[in-house]
Amino acid sequence: MDQKSILDLIREKFSDSIIETHSRLGQDTVVIEKTRLIDLAGFLKEDPELKFNILADLTAVDYWKKNPRFEVVYHLLSLDNRPRLRVKTPVGEDDCTAPSLCKLWPAANWYEREVFDMFGIRFEGHPDLKRILMYPGFKGHPLRKDYPKTRHQPIVKYRDLPVHGNPNTTTHRKNKDD
Amino acid sequence: MTDRLDLDNKLFEQTGEREMFVNFGPSHPSMHGVIRIKLIADGEFVKKTEIDIGYLHRGFEKECESGPYTHCFPYTDRLNYVSPLINNFGFALAVEELMELKVPERAEYIRVIMSELSRITDHLTCIGASAMELGAFTAFLYMMKAREWIYELIESVTGAHLTISYARIGGVKADLPAGFTDHCLKVLKETARVLDEIDVLLTRNRIFYDRTRDTGIITRDEALGYGVTGPFLRSTGIEYDVRKDFPYHVYDRFDFEIPVGWRGDNYDRYLVRMEEMRQSISIIRQALKTIPEGPTLVDSKGNLIDAAKMVDLGKSGQTDNLVNLEARVEPTLEGSEKRIHSQIRDPNFKAGLPPKDQTYTNIEALMNHFMIVMDGHGIRPPKGESYAFVEGGNGELGFYVVSDGTDHPWRVRCRPPCFPIMAGLHNILERGQIADIVATFGSVNMIAGELDR
Repeated sequence: MDQKSILDLIREKFSDSIIETHSRLGQDTVVIEKTRLIDLAGFLKEDPELKFNILADLTAVDYWKKNPRFEVVYHLLSLDNRPRLRVKTPVGEDDCTAPSLCKLWPAANWYEREVFDMFGIRFEGHPDLKRILMYPGFKGHPLRKDYPKTRHQPIVKYRDLPVHGNPNTTTHRKNKDD
Repeated sequence: MTDRLDLDNKLFEQTGEREMFVNFGPSHPSMHGVIRIKLIADGEFVKKTEIDIGYLHRGFEKECESGPYTHCFPYTDRLNYVSPLINNFGFALAVEELMELKVPERAEYIRVIMSELSRITDHLTCIGASAMELGAFTAFLYMMKAREWIYELIESVTGAHLTISYARIGGVKADLPAGFTDHCLKVLKETARVLDEIDVLLTRNRIFYDRTRDTGIITRDEALGYGVTGPFLRSTGIEYDVRKDFPYHVYDRFDFEIPVGWRGDNYDRYLVRMEEMRQSISIIRQALKTIPEGPTLVDSKGNLIDAAKMVDLGKSGQTDNLVNLEARVEPTLEGSEKRIHSQIRDPNFKAGLPPKDQTYTNIEALMNHFMIVMDGHGIRPPKGESYAFVEGGNGELGFYVVSDGTDHPWRVRCRPPCFPIMAGLHNILERGQIADIVATFGSVNMIAGELDR
């Protein structure tokens, strides 16, 4: 089954909720409303001709100051006939949720936890949505564009370093600096 | 034995506690990486595990977004620090796809050679470390010895042992040094001998066999569901290798096989890795035989073709493409170093850094260098997104790069190959005993640098 017909198939079946399809740089992409995402994912996984059995990657992008602000990106791979597909779904800032795909691909469990940790997008239906890379008491979501790179949130409080020589050139680090 | 179990049961009844909570890691002699496994054990049997990661999170993706594209390479070195070259090339590939840039053929061959060398070091580390954790210290020393030879070889090319930053967008930093082929062939010969020694030491070793055979089994459905790739997936019998299925660089020109296992246990993964190293040696030998001469980096304006060919194109009226091309001039021809098409070139299109020897001796090259490296200038891929993936030591290593048309990437996402394996590891561990954790965890070859980023 060649690549073009996959996009055609999806366009036929989900014509009402597809926002965009393209294959720029030879990478097939579907952008779909998040309300139909689970249906599309189930179709892609179960359809005997497509059989996208591997969720290769799941991530999100923060298009800050645009509306909708976030985009959750899924990269799928079918091991039977080896096509790849990228599925994207926009997520707004006000309703910062997306459906969870844990039931279809268990791989989504940790990926969704990471996206929640880094972007603060909540996945509905996730069995155990909690932080994965940052520690539980961390405030904010570091990969959001409005999170400053230089903000310190040490889990163990910094101790003041001893001052040598000129006190103006100390390596002393402030505890609460943004 | 039954008496003993009865006694145990009685003791449990008296104390009322049968299960015990064990904290494995984050800093434990038999964990080769900082990771914490919380487990509930019933005697020696593991009942429930929870894996806690993130101890080595450095904000790789955030750092990449805050600098120009060329500044990301040093960060990619630190992802999988056992095979940093593959990470370098993976990221370069993603940006090149975004820019639709064609890498010179010689650079592609060099990338293949260096990737395969890295794959050997990766597998050597994995098998050596896991054998050591199972008590085979000799095997570890032999494999580290071989790894050191390869690291020295890599150092002679890249100038650094570990933090190599060898890839450039559009090629590689430098050509292979003089005498590389002989050095490389010698190292490969010695490494092949070490592999034979390891084969004798481990493959039919009673202790090693008993510890690894039928432990840490992953089923096919589980592996697919968790998105596992690499030797872990191949040990279950699924023949998926990015080098074969989605050939990048020039992998389709080499003759090599994909070893697969059958049972999906630790022993199969050991065998798969051993055979992969032999296949890698074979690929490097083929590549060294057929590597063409030529440039190793696209020039600062994009593509490079022969000056004579460019003149022919111009004469026949095919001038549409000439904007993106630059002439490769023959220095012996009189007057040919004058660039004939300097007027029609797009001044904003830049790709490769000029060679270092030129940068240090030539004002033009120095300017070009700074135009790429300086903040606010640099490489500007067109708006878009690209997901490029290569076969890393542990599986599919993907880079998803989103460009907004400026010189900073808007988003860089690394898909680390051991992340999905770690996500599914609790299923594997819960079937075994505490002692199996060491063997299974060794065969995962978890690299905290790429897992936590």
